[in-house]
Amino acid sequence: MATLIRNAKPANDSWQRLDPAADGGLPAIPAQGDVLVPLKLWQSSSSALLGRSSGRVGVWLAPHEDPALIADSLDALGLIAVHFPQFADGRGYSTARLLRERYGWKGELRAIGDVQRDQLFYLSRVGFDAFELNDGIDTQAALSAFGDFSEAYQSSVERPLPLFRRRGAGAV
Amino acid sequence: MYQYDAIDQRLVDERVAQFRDQTRRFLSGALSEDDFRPLRLQNGLYIQRFAPMLRVAIPYGLLSSRQLRALAYIARKWDRGYGHFSTRQNIQYNWPKLEDVPDILAHLASVQMHAIQTSGNCIRNTTTDHLAGIAPDEIVDPLLWCELVRQWSTFHPEFAYLPRKFKIAVSGAAQDRAAIQVHDIGLQALRDEGGAVGFRVLVGGGLGRTPIIGTVIREFLPWPQLLNYLDAILRVYNRYGRRDNKYKARIKILVKELTPAVFREQVDAEWAHLKDGPGTLTGAEVSRIGGRFTRPQYQKLDALSVQCTQALAREPGFARWAGRNVHAHKVPGYAAVTLSLKKTGVPPGDATAEQMDAVAGLADRYSFGELRVSHEQNLILSDVKQSDLFAVWQEAKALGLATPNIGLISNIIACPGGDFCSLANAKSIPVAEAIQRRFDDLDYQHDIGELDLNISGCMNSCGHHHVGHIGILGVDKQGAEFYQVSIGGAQGNASSLGKVIGPSFAQDEVPGVIEKLIETYLARRDGDAERFIDVVRRIGIEPFKEQVYGNAHQKREARERQLATA
Ligand code: HEM
Ligand code: SF4
Repeated sequence: MATLIRNAKPANDSWQRLDPAADGGLPAIPAQGDVLVPLKLWQSSSSALLGRSSGRVGVWLAPHEDPALIADSLDALGLIAVHFPQFADGRGYSTARLLRERYGWKGELRAIGDVQRDQLFYLSRVGFDAFELNDGIDTQAALSAFGDFSEAYQSSVERPLPLFRRRGAGAV
Repeated sequence: MYQYDAIDQRLVDERVAQFRDQTRRFLSGALSEDDFRPLRLQNGLYIQRFAPMLRVAIPYGLLSSRQLRALAYIARKWDRGYGHFSTRQNIQYNWPKLEDVPDILAHLASVQMHAIQTSGNCIRNTTTDHLAGIAPDEIVDPLLWCELVRQWSTFHPEFAYLPRKFKIAVSGAAQDRAAIQVHDIGLQALRDEGGAVGFRVLVGGGLGRTPIIGTVIREFLPWPQLLNYLDAILRVYNRYGRRDNKYKARIKILVKELTPAVFREQVDAEWAHLKDGPGTLTGAEVSRIGGRFTRPQYQKLDALSVQCTQALAREPGFARWAGRNVHAHKVPGYAAVTLSLKKTGVPPGDATAEQMDAVAGLADRYSFGELRVSHEQNLILSDVKQSDLFAVWQEAKALGLATPNIGLISNIIACPGGDFCSLANAKSIPVAEAIQRRFDDLDYQHDIGELDLNISGCMNSCGHHHVGHIGILGVDKQGAEFYQVSIGGAQGNASSLGKVIGPSFAQDEVPGVIEKLIETYLARRDGDAERFIDVVRRIGIEPFKEQVYGNAHQKREARERQLATA
């Protein structure tokens, strides 16, 4: 079971992730509990998902899935996750920024899939605040990755003002 | 020179610490080979044929004498006493040990240098005109903008895992000397009628397996928008660039598949959201960065030095060198000098630690301690008094760095090829040397005049063969090393891609083939002023082909016609 880091601390995970079957068929919907569902299931069955007796609903996006497709649903969701099939597939970084900066997602944004220590710094800068680390990664050691760099030049989700706009203000 | 401030320094120091820890984890087995690979690449470290190869950035080609001495020290202490200056304003070391690399990076950081993002699928070192800031035809000094792009691209969190590598080149002069038409993004700095700076933006140029000349997608981007617009382009590319096939992953393929018009629409749609956002550059930042560049304190001099003119008349060797290796400077009485790293018998772009130290000395004595690295793999003393040129020539000659061949056939651009590179189909260094030997006679070279000859060991085109007036490409023919020859390529404002003249050749045939191409040119030119490339453009490649392959193919065709009618 992957370890969850949330807000830079190890955390418990109440969410059950549903994956499409190998043939692409959609998974069954559990009657209760927090469920993290693939975009397709959300698109085909959002009322069934929201009408369950208990539990919240989250959506996970594959790298090619456009976050605009859930922009109108944000109020109904308790979690959004972005899947990284390999950590070197960087599309999810843009997905995260769009969710935060363009569509205004304020809730938990989780990186899932191939998530490792050496990507945590950049992932956190583009707006992820939760990470399901790969098996076998030393969680305590991984936490130090959030401090890999003490400054950053660019505008980002965690610090919208780029360095050059913070200098004058005496902030640095 | 741009001088780091405390934050710039802290970031490169933190990078060294980060990489030291990653290397330690890799060596201890905690980090797998696959997981370590993208991390080491983003620190310039390849695993090559014989050893790791470390590529160090020389941002926009600017180097101080102190930095060059540090590069020499690294060559001596951790390598085999030399380095290779590449076509992308980088220096490469071919023999470092993996476990030494963190120490090498720490040494670089101590002189405000690094290997950040010199490899891997990220935004690479931004390159520019090697005469930036000093060229008489300059419209806008690109150095300041290059540094802004360097800062923006360094550790950009959104674009560290792009579909493929990404290269940006900036030109600020009337003549493009930065090859902006064959980069992922080319920026041409301009001024509007009011004098305000902006950029013409080209995208989707590139060499490699699918050579393409870039397309202009914006004629004039006002400077405050520079970083917003770059963010928009990169975001479109990051999201939609192909990741299924590494040969189709460059932005040029995306631009081609979408068409430049549609690509531009997508960029504009993205830019509309970013336009006046926090990334908009401010005048305060532009002046702050400008103020961090030290500038030479030029003296007031006559436009033409008398000493220099006298020496030119007296010494034919000096005059020849001055005609090829000395370049006009925008400040009266000064000149820029190319120190040629293209001496016959030395791999193009290679310099020994001793040469680097000596060149640092020349820079200190004659060029305000500053120099440049050119994409033609030479070193340039950027600010030399004309009255010192004679002394510089004599010293450079003693160092083997005064070959008067800039712009001539022996100023070959060549990649490391099969001697070092694991991707090579064929060697390139021995071919360069054989051609240099064939054309060793300097009078003959001068008579041939301006000619760019570029060699790549494989389709990846690190040696820019597509844009050489003569291009040579290593190919694999049933396991043997062969060479395909093309003519008609060019870099600069009138960039064009060369055309292959026909079937490829064995290594020992190549100098003879080049000789035939040159003979054809000499026989057909309208005079000294018509360059090789001009003749190819005027008469096409057929006459060259005939000379090289004979008229065997015509005879065969005639015979086939006869047979057909018989
Ligand atoms: C020895 C190790 C090297 C390796 C393994 C290597 C690998 C590559 C590869 C795979 C490409 C093609 C990328 C693509 O089109 O997607 C490429 C392109 C390129 N490389 Fe190298 N290279 C090496 C050395 C060099 C050197 C020494 C130079 C400079 C002399 C250089 C300059 C370039 C340039 C300018 C391109 C341009 C093609 C483009 O961007 O379209 N490389 N290299
Ligand atoms: S062109 Fe090919 S052989 Fe030459 S350095 Fe590049 S990858 Fe290696």
